[in-house]
Amino acid sequence: MPTSACAESGIGSYGSVALTSTRLNTSFINITETLTMSLNIIVLAKQVPDTRNVGKDAMKEDGTINRAALPAIFNPEDLNALEQALRLKDANPGSTVTLLTMGLPRAAEIIREAIYRGADTGIVLTDRALGGADTLATSYSLAQAVKKIGNYDIILGGRQAIDGDTAQVGPQIAEKLGIPQVTYAEEIVDLSNGHVTVKRRLEHGVETVKAPLPCVVTVNGTAADCRPRNAIRVQKYKYATSPSETGKLPERIQELVKNRPELQLNEWSAAFVEADPEQIGLAGSPTKVKNVENVVFTAKDCRRLDNNDEQIEDLIKELITNHTIG
Amino acid sequence: MANFYTDNPDLKHHLTHPLMEKIVALKERDYTDAQKYDYAPLDFEDAMDNYERVLDIVGEICGDIIAPNAEDVDHQGPKVVDGHVEYADGTKVNLDAVRKAGLMGMSMPRRFGGLNFPITPYIMAADIVSRADTGFENLWGLQDCAETIYEFADEEQKKKYITRVCEGETMSMDLTEPDAGSDLQSVMLKATKKEDGSWVLNGVKRFITNGDSDIHLVLARSEEGSKDGRGLSMFIYDKRNGGVTVRRIENKMGIKGSPTCELVYKDAPAELVGSTRLGLIKYVMALMNGARLGIAAQSVGISEAAYREALSYAQERMQFGKAIINFPAVAEILSVMKAKLDASRALLYACSRFVDMYKIYDDIAKERPLSVEEKKEQKYYSRLADAFTPLAKGMTSEYCNQNAYDCIQIHGGSGFMKDYTCERLYRDARITSIYEGTTQLQVVAAIRHVSTGTYLNKIREYEAMEVCAEDEAVKNTLVFMTQQYADAVQAVLGVDNTQFHDFMARRLVEMAGHIIMGYLLLEDTQRNGAFRKSLNVYVKYGQAEVERHASFIGNFQPEQIKNYLYTND
Repeated sequence: MPTSACAESGIGSYGSVALTSTRLNTSFINITETLTMSLNIIVLAKQVPDTRNVGKDAMKEDGTINRAALPAIFNPEDLNALEQALRLKDANPGSTVTLLTMGLPRAAEIIREAIYRGADTGIVLTDRALGGADTLATSYSLAQAVKKIGNYDIILGGRQAIDGDTAQVGPQIAEKLGIPQVTYAEEIVDLSNGHVTVKRRLEHGVETVKAPLPCVVTVNGTAADCRPRNAIRVQKYKYATSPSETGKLPERIQELVKNRPELQLNEWSAAFVEADPEQIGLAGSPTKVKNVENVVFTAKDCRRLDNNDEQIEDLIKELITNHTIG
Repeated sequence: MANFYTDNPDLKHHLTHPLMEKIVALKERDYTDAQKYDYAPLDFEDAMDNYERVLDIVGEICGDIIAPNAEDVDHQGPKVVDGHVEYADGTKVNLDAVRKAGLMGMSMPRRFGGLNFPITPYIMAADIVSRADTGFENLWGLQDCAETIYEFADEEQKKKYITRVCEGETMSMDLTEPDAGSDLQSVMLKATKKEDGSWVLNGVKRFITNGDSDIHLVLARSEEGSKDGRGLSMFIYDKRNGGVTVRRIENKMGIKGSPTCELVYKDAPAELVGSTRLGLIKYVMALMNGARLGIAAQSVGISEAAYREALSYAQERMQFGKAIINFPAVAEILSVMKAKLDASRALLYACSRFVDMYKIYDDIAKERPLSVEEKKEQKYYSRLADAFTPLAKGMTSEYCNQNAYDCIQIHGGSGFMKDYTCERLYRDARITSIYEGTTQLQVVAAIRHVSTGTYLNKIREYEAMEVCAEDEAVKNTLVFMTQQYADAVQAVLGVDNTQFHDFMARRLVEMAGHIIMGYLLLEDTQRNGAFRKSLNVYVKYGQAEVERHASFIGNFQPEQIKNYLYTND
């Protein structure tokens, strides 16, 4: 991806430590729980530029992302998280899945996408004051929104967003809420008796851990793909809009939205979630972008190798040394 | 990240045909469902938006899941385990996706959990699914058996079974037997009425697509001692009740993901649909018409896939220092493939709209008497649907075979290897001109409309179309072709010899087909200039074909037929 290398603020440890989870060996016995419970599930999601299909105009002169040139999509790993949430809902009838996203008002689009797939409702946390946030300010703002939601059993989110690739926001939210976190989740194996059991995908294998609820689980891209949009739900919820969007609909549709509460998506401001102005947006972001370089991969020379392992290994070593791969 | 709906603007062109406004208003009973169902459309615009959104889901599932699975499904195929079918792994994933997406029971009313889509957008979904994997289209597309339950079963049966189809259960139509293929009058599967009034089925069925489905429509002999079609009735067999086992799955040339089963019925409990004795003569005929339209959609999907595979290969393959698409001999093959594809699709959707019109009127007639005007319209469209269905099934299935053949030809030696998609398309295409009635049987159904003038009358209507100056010459060609066709019909029917009529029937039907498809492309071009290339290529092609048939018929002495026939003496 030919984009930025930015100086990290260093705040928030790399989010791969399961803080309060118990490491279990492979002989872990599933505690069977026949009673199901209704859960309040929050899914954290982000609308991101589709960096998988970047063209030449992906970056602006000043080194920031040219969002206009890239289609806005549902962050892929957040869809994996949504699927885990929907499976919990399937297994525990009466549960609700609420999508929480921070971004521009148009981020309500991913709430609709989530509802089409089975989520119940969503909140878009949007405010000019929230703009320019780094992971610290973002996680603070989202944690405030989560507190506002109040009653929750589990918070799921993607491991990381494809525009920033930090994997920090989920863990930082857990820290701010003072609850456990499980990262690199591939599958929620069980949720019962106030605990969640999660299979984690690590570099050299899998690990199954158990954590008390409520907790934050960040989900890996290797987890199950999200289910497709449902035809009836798409027709039913296509006019689900946040207040700032509803106003732009034709009048007859505005009337429809007014009469059907399930079509009214929440739009929360920084003040509404009682966020400290000093800790949000640019003001709350210690991360400063020092420099942005375009990394353009070009084929400079062509080298022919003989068909033997030695030469291939040498080339691999060379490529690792000069950071072309690895 | 492919979407087989949005990457193909031709689909939207057909979805937005002017007749849709009327079809949708009738189907939605002037949008009164909106008061009862929160997912019903408010008006025409809203309904079209719904169709597009749902087709977008179909396109995404096809591009991201079904098409990528097609090769593995073709290799793995289904198997029999303990008398039941176990689908290939990819098939299970595909089915899970279409179920979760709510794409079952698309044309069924909302009161059963369906989407209440007209046939046209449903057929469009079939077109898209078939492009991804024709074998899977069978499993998904058999949902249109629910249409027969909706039309002929009683309210309790409708509620029970259609609801289950909408929830994702699959269907099959158990018609064929070892000695009853094209000739369904010979069906022997025995239906016995027990003392308590319930029915059981005993016997064997063969070549049953998706034969281990959840809900079967079964043609069986209810009248003991009867020999012909009038002794046959239609039944529903519910897999939950047990009594039917799969003896084997056929090892087929193509559509290998779709299990073709031999079924053994042992005292299998069944429910009668409608009245006894009407099984073949009424219900199966209706069922088959729907299924034939489905095969036409399947054929168009294969044509689309074949054209795309051929086009991309021809653009990439370099020979003599340039991409092979730049050689006229290759370009011609591609242009003709595209023209046949566009002509097929035009015919498919023209037919779908006719079916929509008469079926919706049929359905409305169950609620209230139709006005004189409506009755007239219903009759008009019913006749056209009857004429266009065998034409569409016959022409599109033959064209998809030709396109699959040409697709391999474009690939050259590579196309003969198992490495490219084109070889699967070639194998999958082959069944389309055989099942649900061979092309020869489509001709039998269509020839009536040659002799009674349905085709010619419709062609005369098309002739009244205003066209832009640029297309006048093409239209004149079509007018000339029509004269050749009318003369050929006269020449054949003027001879008092039914064997001779049968012998020439296919030629006459094809002539009508070329002219009709030419006009449909002419109509498409008036709405959308992107079709002009195909219009010109197709009419050139069709003109030569019409000439060829005219020449054959014109130079043929009826007594020469003896050179072709095999007689016992």
